[in-house]
Amino acid sequence: MISTVSSQNLIQISYLVVAFLFIVGLKRMSSPVTAASGIRWAGLGMLLATIVTLAFMGASQSNLILVIAAIGIGGALAWVSGKRVAMTDMPQMIALYNGMGGGAAAAIAAVELFRGKETSITHLSLAVMGGFIGAVSFSGSLIAFGKLQGLITKSIRFGGQKIVNLLILLGTLGLAVAVVSGINSAPPAVSGFFALALLLGVAMTLPIGGADMPVVISLYNALTGLAVAFEGFVLDNAAMIIAGTVVGSAGTLLTQLMAKAMNRSLGNVLFANFGESGGAAGAGVTGSQKPIEASDAGVMMAFSQKVIVVPGYGLAVAQAQHKVWELSQLLLERGVTVKFAIHPVAGRMPGHMNVLLAEAGVPYELIADLEEINAEFETADVALIIGANDVVNPLARTDPSSPIFGMPILNADKAKNIIVIKRGQGQGFSGIDNALFVLDQTRMLYGDGQAAVNQLIQAVKAVE
Amino acid sequence: MIDGIIALYIFMLAGFTGYEVISRVPVILHTPLMSGSNFVHGIVLVGAMVALAHAGSTLEQTIGFIGVILAAGNAVGGYVVTERMLKMFLASGNKQKKGHG
Repeated sequence: MISTVSSQNLIQISYLVVAFLFIVGLKRMSSPVTAASGIRWAGLGMLLATIVTLAFMGASQSNLILVIAAIGIGGALAWVSGKRVAMTDMPQMIALYNGMGGGAAAAIAAVELFRGKETSITHLSLAVMGGFIGAVSFSGSLIAFGKLQGLITKSIRFGGQKIVNLLILLGTLGLAVAVVSGINSAPPAVSGFFALALLLGVAMTLPIGGADMPVVISLYNALTGLAVAFEGFVLDNAAMIIAGTVVGSAGTLLTQLMAKAMNRSLGNVLFANFGESGGAAGAGVTGSQKPIEASDAGVMMAFSQKVIVVPGYGLAVAQAQHKVWELSQLLLERGVTVKFAIHPVAGRMPGHMNVLLAEAGVPYELIADLEEINAEFETADVALIIGANDVVNPLARTDPSSPIFGMPILNADKAKNIIVIKRGQGQGFSGIDNALFVLDQTRMLYGDGQAAVNQLIQAVKAVE
Repeated sequence: MIDGIIALYIFMLAGFTGYEVISRVPVILHTPLMSGSNFVHGIVLVGAMVALAHAGSTLEQTIGFIGVILAAGNAVGGYVVTERMLKMFLASGNKQKKGHG
């Protein structure tokens, strides 16, 4: 008996240490200088929590073997996939791992509910809430993963979709109430509850367009945190409560920041589908795109005082970030001032573009965010737009009928010359015409991002 | 063990902590930090381990087993990708120092 009590104490104290390590880790991750050590602090916490739990959880031998086997399988698969994934595919990988966490929280709830020994209404409600949120986050994140990975290419929308989703939600809540109140807490009701919650996650996420996915992934990240906290209450596990709640609130703030940067409210992202309201939008864009040869563009940049590069997701897709840095270095050697202007939602998530540029070796000091750089476009001789579209569209400032009206944009149109590297003449990700492309001082350099930048490098090298 | 009102206090304070920690973060770290917080909720692993450890029926064992696999994936995957991303920030910072030194 004495040994049981002390092992319980040991678990509690170690969980306290774990919570401390997590918070310090997150704190350190919030500054570029200490960030890399932050994840190690948090990792140490996770290791400690796992070892202590493994040692003192009091499992039967057969269950202990199952636990170790499951950690081995899940850990090995995640390790290999995490090491292999390309930096450009990071967002969907985060979605996938996040979904797994949500699924695990739902599984904890399912084990508790199927066992049926829990009698406290509070615990039952928390288990059900955590299970609900976890299950929605699980299936929703998998859909988000599928979309970003290109496995699901269509946004499935149909008339009355919102009503169908509402009915699924009401059905889930109805079964939740039945399970908690004890009206019907038999296994079929519990199974039905989880099945509907999983279906809701799928139904909610399917109609959301790819451009809004970062916000959705961030939201599911926060939701998983909350689900973990709820299950922590059920299991009397302080480490889960604290870590889950911290992630829940941090993730909610992060989601708001992202939605704000895209000029979208969360409700808008979840319940209105992009492009629908703007279907009949605006007078559109008149004028024609004027092409330029890479050699001319290279000469123009080589003799500039200042070049501002605006990278967008197209750059990442073309894997052109290394080439762009090579081009920038050539220009820097010639005494040209080169800066990188990063829109808050460049790439697929806030900061994603910074990660990609860091990978290519671009120093921080050349990278400027929207507020810093916008005043500088007027003094720039060339704004080089690579794979960016909506974030430089002046219609966001001028055309109230445009779906992106009001979104903060990079004022690339103020530059003396604008060179846009683009695959073809079509519209961008959101399907909105871009007024920047038809300005008098804009020239289009058509082609694959990497190939086009390569031509620019040759052109600059040839100048002497 | 953790009483109702104490639990609410923990919930509230942890909520403020998360908000405060994130609110001073530069945009460049948003993606790594989202990934880092994704790793932190991988603590669900210990809950899943306990659930599986005390599972009685085959059904509970099966669900618990899947739960632990998923949770381990969350924790390990979250750690690996976050570390990879943050390492690049470190690397680019070092290059920067060399370039100016």
